[in-house]
Amino acid sequence: MIEMKNVSKWYGKFQVLKNCTTRVDKGEVVVVCGPSGSGKSTLIKTVNALEPFQEGEITVEGISVGAPGTDLPKLRSRIGMVFQNFELFPHMKVVDNINLAQIKVLGRSKEEASAKSMSLLKRVGLDGHAQKHPGQLSGGQQQRVAIARGLAMDPIAMLFDEPTSALDPEMINEVLDVMTELAHEGMTMMVVTHEMGFASRVAHRVVFMDAGEIVEDAKKEDFFGKPRSERAQHFLSKILHH
Amino acid sequence: MFTGFDFDVIQKSLPYLWQGMQFSLGLTLLAMLGGIVIGTLLALMRLSSFKLLSYPAGAYVNLVRSIPLILVIFWFYFLIPVLIKKLTGNPYASGIGPFYSALIAFTMFEAAYYCEIIRAGIQSVPRGQVSAAYALGLTYRQATTLVILPQAFRNMIPILLTTSIILFQDTSLVYVVGLTDFMGAAGKIARRDGRLVEMYLFAALVYFIICYSGSYFVKTLQARYNVGRN
Amino acid sequence: MDFSFLNQPAFSGGGVYLDWVISGLKWTLLVSILGWIIAFSVGSLLGILRTAPVAWLRVPATIYVELFRNVPLLVQMFIWYFVVPEIVPKAVGDWLKTQMPMPEFSNAVLCLGFYTASRVAEQVRSGIQSMPRGQTSAALAMGLTLPQTYRHVLLPMAYRIVIPPMTTEFLTIFKNSSVALTIGVLELTAQARQISEYTFRTFEIFTVATIIYALITLTVTFSMRWLENKTRVPGYVGGSSK
Repeated sequence: MIEMKNVSKWYGKFQVLKNCTTRVDKGEVVVVCGPSGSGKSTLIKTVNALEPFQEGEITVEGISVGAPGTDLPKLRSRIGMVFQNFELFPHMKVVDNINLAQIKVLGRSKEEASAKSMSLLKRVGLDGHAQKHPGQLSGGQQQRVAIARGLAMDPIAMLFDEPTSALDPEMINEVLDVMTELAHEGMTMMVVTHEMGFASRVAHRVVFMDAGEIVEDAKKEDFFGKPRSERAQHFLSKILHH
Repeated sequence: MFTGFDFDVIQKSLPYLWQGMQFSLGLTLLAMLGGIVIGTLLALMRLSSFKLLSYPAGAYVNLVRSIPLILVIFWFYFLIPVLIKKLTGNPYASGIGPFYSALIAFTMFEAAYYCEIIRAGIQSVPRGQVSAAYALGLTYRQATTLVILPQAFRNMIPILLTTSIILFQDTSLVYVVGLTDFMGAAGKIARRDGRLVEMYLFAALVYFIICYSGSYFVKTLQARYNVGRN
Repeated sequence: MDFSFLNQPAFSGGGVYLDWVISGLKWTLLVSILGWIIAFSVGSLLGILRTAPVAWLRVPATIYVELFRNVPLLVQMFIWYFVVPEIVPKAVGDWLKTQMPMPEFSNAVLCLGFYTASRVAEQVRSGIQSMPRGQTSAALAMGLTLPQTYRHVLLPMAYRIVIPPMTTEFLTIFKNSSVALTIGVLELTAQARQISEYTFRTFEIFTVATIIYALITLTVTFSMRWLENKTRVPGYVGGSSK
């Protein structure tokens, strides 16, 4: 479904992505991990062209992301994305946050959109908060709304960019639970995260990045059982021992 | 568009324009210095817990900031001679001359604006710094002059300079009392020689070059500060 | 202090001096409000353009702002009044010189409007740029186009954020309207000076003018504070994330 071939990206002279090749198949959950500054967030943002890249090719269901003629809004509307800092729109009520793109991009009627939004809010356990503004919710609740906002577009895949990094520890699980449920329902997911517990429970494959390179791209069992590279071993030993 | 544009008239009047420019620059610099000194005093008064100090300062600053500069200039041109006669007891006392009248008007006007900048600057210094200074046994005066104001001014330098560039532009308003600053000089030649287009465009160009370079300098200064801080 | 002179017959015009004050106030308000309409609309457009991702939109807006910000208002006033009619095509210039209705007033409005637009533009720009970059990313990721992102996500928050500095800008144009007296508009400050010359009641008439300016400033400040409260987003504390 998502295919990346030899993707490279530079900020000026500094190369942030080096020849990255990987894929996410339909129904697959791929966790991308690695030390901070390794390029994971940049990599996931190239999938829906929030970050342009200079070399290589990315296709989503056969459509080339980098090609000049591609209808980016349309492509993006088919992929849901969840951000580290939630990025709900503060001036809109929760339900309007979820309605916005349904109405403006998909052309749904207000009633249709609201019905969809309410059922998704119910699904993430927040139907009682539809009329509140994002600033009145906790971080965990905001992130669940953000997930509902992504799902409202009936996406073919979901991208998660460190969805729990900005959360207080006690709120991490409520978000991971929603993501786990989503994975079990067969959603195609690409997840940048440090939550190795989540990775070992839910992921099918793990991509390990360091210094802009994909160092390891392996089945979950292989990655956690016997990581091949020294860098991945080192990373795992640090992250699992605290 | 510039057919019949007479560059000669500009060249011939350069010495006269330079005199005007010296007036503008002198007025700006002195009003800036005076404004910052009085503005600092006003800011300290406004932040004082003594109502006898904070209320009058607040009233003065808010009043001056709510009326046009031109009206302030008119006020001081009217008040200064009256005050001098009152103070000297001599009904025939001569004034202090147009330059000093303008200087007082601009100083007192700008002081109100500098006051608010300096007040914000002082308030931006963390409270912990004040506590730390007192804990070391410093007096109010020592804490203010040695700890608070140096930090506050460091943060404020860019905005103080920006305000002073606007002050430089505002000095052109001495036109309303007929003084010969740079703009006044340009205007006098413009009317004498019937060369309004040339003189006013030239004046605009000169002001633009000075103010643009000034704000460019402030911008680079600011960038350097920001690098130092992050 | 003796304010009875306000009720004395004025030197000319048939009314009393109070009528001169009222007429001055009328012109002050007309120049300020009409100028503000130009300043707000032109300034908003320029401010938005200054944040555009493409240089051919950004650069002209930047040049405008720098040009109008770095030339004193008085000089601009004289240029509108004395210079523009001479350097535009002859037919336009003749119309400006002979046919334009109320030339002093019209030029004052245009001058103040286009001058203040450069300051409004800077406020709008900084309002937009104070929004976390993630907000744009989130909106684009949902499939919104860039114009839709401005319309529904960036501008609604940016305009709320800049209410206080915009209030200052309105009060600036209100006070700057007195510069119109240099090209012969008999606004409040001009009338005050004129009355002082005819009646020698300088202290009293300047006091009256000062009180009027101060009262209007107070009224504007309080109504904008009311507007700020009314448009406040529940739970939003500002600059919450980067």
